[in-house]
Amino acid sequence: MENTPEYVIEMLHITKEFPGIRANDDITLQLRRGEIHALLGENGAGKSTLMSVLFGMYQPEEGEIRKNGKKVKINDPNDATALGIGMVHQHFKLVDVFTVLDNIILGAETTKLGFVQRKEARRKVEELSERYGLKVDLDAMVEDISVGMQQRVEILKMLYRDNEILIFDEPTAVLTPQEIDELMSTMREFAKEGKSILFISHKLNEIMAVADRCTVLRKGKYVGTVNTADTNKQELSNMMVGRPVQLEVKKKPAEPGEVIMSVENLRVPSKIHKGDAVKGVSFDVRAGEIVCIAGIDGNGQTELIHGITGLEKLSGGSITLCGKNITHSNIHNKSAAGMSHIPEDRHKHGLVLDFSLEQNLVLQRYREKRFQRYGFIKKDAVREYAEKLIEQFDVRSGQGAVTTARSMSGGNQQKAIIAREIDRDKPLMVAVQPTRGLDVGAIEYIHSQIVAQRDSGKAVLLVSLELDEVMSLSDRILVMYEGEIVGQLDPKKTNIQELGLYMSGSKRDSEEGKQ
Amino acid sequence: MIFLIQQTLLYAVPLMIVALAGCFAERSGIINLALEGIMIFGAFIGVLFIRTMQTNETYLAAKAAGDWMTLQGLELLAMLAAAVMGAIFSLLLSFASINLRADQTIGGTALNLLAPALVLFFIRIIANQNTLQMATGDSASWFMLKKSTFGVDKSVEWGFFKELLLNKAYLATYVCILLFIILSIILYKTRFGLRLRSCGENPQAADSLGINVYKMRYAGTTISGALAGMGGFVYALTTANCSSNGDVAGFGFLALAVMIFGNWKPLNIAFASLLFGLFKCIASAYTSLDINGDGIYALAQLGISSHLYRMLPYIITLLVLAFTSKRSRAPKAEGIPYEKGQR
Repeated sequence: MENTPEYVIEMLHITKEFPGIRANDDITLQLRRGEIHALLGENGAGKSTLMSVLFGMYQPEEGEIRKNGKKVKINDPNDATALGIGMVHQHFKLVDVFTVLDNIILGAETTKLGFVQRKEARRKVEELSERYGLKVDLDAMVEDISVGMQQRVEILKMLYRDNEILIFDEPTAVLTPQEIDELMSTMREFAKEGKSILFISHKLNEIMAVADRCTVLRKGKYVGTVNTADTNKQELSNMMVGRPVQLEVKKKPAEPGEVIMSVENLRVPSKIHKGDAVKGVSFDVRAGEIVCIAGIDGNGQTELIHGITGLEKLSGGSITLCGKNITHSNIHNKSAAGMSHIPEDRHKHGLVLDFSLEQNLVLQRYREKRFQRYGFIKKDAVREYAEKLIEQFDVRSGQGAVTTARSMSGGNQQKAIIAREIDRDKPLMVAVQPTRGLDVGAIEYIHSQIVAQRDSGKAVLLVSLELDEVMSLSDRILVMYEGEIVGQLDPKKTNIQELGLYMSGSKRDSEEGKQ
Repeated sequence: MIFLIQQTLLYAVPLMIVALAGCFAERSGIINLALEGIMIFGAFIGVLFIRTMQTNETYLAAKAAGDWMTLQGLELLAMLAAAVMGAIFSLLLSFASINLRADQTIGGTALNLLAPALVLFFIRIIANQNTLQMATGDSASWFMLKKSTFGVDKSVEWGFFKELLLNKAYLATYVCILLFIILSIILYKTRFGLRLRSCGENPQAADSLGINVYKMRYAGTTISGALAGMGGFVYALTTANCSSNGDVAGFGFLALAVMIFGNWKPLNIAFASLLFGLFKCIASAYTSLDINGDGIYALAQLGISSHLYRMLPYIITLLVLAFTSKRSRAPKAEGIPYEKGQR
């Protein structure tokens, strides 16, 4: 091993432009042999672009890539594979109706006269899966296996190609805490064997836990590379955002008051299969508390909220809001009865993207006397109201009140929705993944707004998939699993591990009081 | 009974090969709605090829001498010509939907409109009438395998299978069946097949593994065009007495239905086309069907309106699709233009 260069892969001064935007601006990333190197940055910081350049999907305008000190040219994924670079994409690149085995060998098939030699491949994959403890069912269809197993398939794909440089693009977003632990130990094992790992993430906990070094990007620019042993979460997040950030949610203990909303044995039909997606859920939300519905995506949370807000018809149960039975009310009457709603899909249910910001801000109120006369909108009143909200909630946009919603950034779109919903001043606020896809700065702001709502005596029903958010923001946690509430937890008395057990269905509260 | 099976095969085989054509295009991610148009075009090319070559000395002499090997050779050449031109015709669709990222349904429909118009235009120029026929004789006298072809007298009784397979049959039928089997194996057992199918399901995944999605889609659509062109000619040869008039009686669309009913899988497509072939056969030949050989034409004597029999294949198509299309599962990415770098 004499004369081995220190770095196995170097990306030097990479610049990549897209029309109107410089996604990567003079970025340098150096990966050592056998290290786990994290790449940290907010959404739009240029992480994915940089990795796509390394993987040959984009060609950089400037800069060069070196492997073991020698300059290389990567024109397409084939070149990357030939150099031993493999990648687990954030959205898995798997063919649903192929077997696990076919997915692993696709693109790197051993053939005889054009015929695929599946037996030989099977032997190799079985050996790899045994060696690294990556259990998969080779004959199962990918669509039938769990997300965790799909990720193992992606990892096996890289190993099957004998890749030495492994890129993981946001690998933990879809996993339960237990699966994350497994993944981390697998990654450590790879590093021990001399494989080099690039780990893309915006989760500080994971970076601190598993990475040796960390390179930080911000708005397409290189900020710096640090040893994780010499730094801490606060410093990393400051580097990432560019200013000091409040990581912990600051809040007083909750003082729950009277019951605002009561849900009894609610059932909501599923869109995917014949049965119910929500199977008899009951709970109360009180004034002055944040109740959080936790769970892995797709366990009925979306349908539950659609049922409560009226986006979906119920197949059973009842909802009482502020003492009024609103089970069969339409959406307008439900929200008029005392509900504001920050929807899960802000593009589909939150905004009319091609309307202006001011029109979006009065979407639910244009019927009020102050905004219309004889059916004609009072433009001046709308403008004045919009400008007040924009200032109060610091919604930033290109042209102020007349900006098209579509052209605004995700964070500011979400701020606009939150401004609109908070200003309606209803006793119950339903917030579904309010910080999804937002960066640390925007998350900080939204969390503080939600806590402020609670402190002013509002009831908040929060749905979140982010465990950190669940633990830090909520006063009471309800865990949903396969359409049922399987546990009620106090965030102060539980931890992420226990929460994970509930979420994966391996633990549940005793079923007292339910059929 | 032999008559029933032979007639069923005559209808089922073009249907089968054209449905497989659709399958190859769709498995690669391109909806080939132009099957009907390509069939019409292929039929025209095949018939034109035979009409032109017939007058060649070699073939006239072969016909006169009863040299059936040479005549079968002509038949195979015509099939090849139809396939090649079908493939070329389908490049229009490939270019529009792969390079220009046009809507594939509209592209296919355009070809369906173009083909009959173009074909009729040429037929009128060439033959000065609405149907293009062979220069001399008919398909049965030139290409059909008969007892006399093998130098056996008509009165000699062959065994059941020999009668079924070699008397009053066309070589084209067996070539198509053989092709069908070979291509099905290619689709499932080879590297090319695996990659082709991955492009129809998840082209992003294929691309990330270094597979050229554009090439694969071109390959799928071109194979599709070749098969559909050949199928069109085989249809014209075996059921329309080797004539072309800018129409294949909706067989291209029927093949699409067969493909969907067959759930995009070759084995199911084979069964589905046999079923449709049977009904098509009943529809066109119910008056002369004598199932158990006792001289009674049972279907004709039922007294049901002949219109009903003629409608049968199409009614069955409707019913079958209504009941099965819910369970059927199309390739996921079909119809979606692939753009590199799009996530």
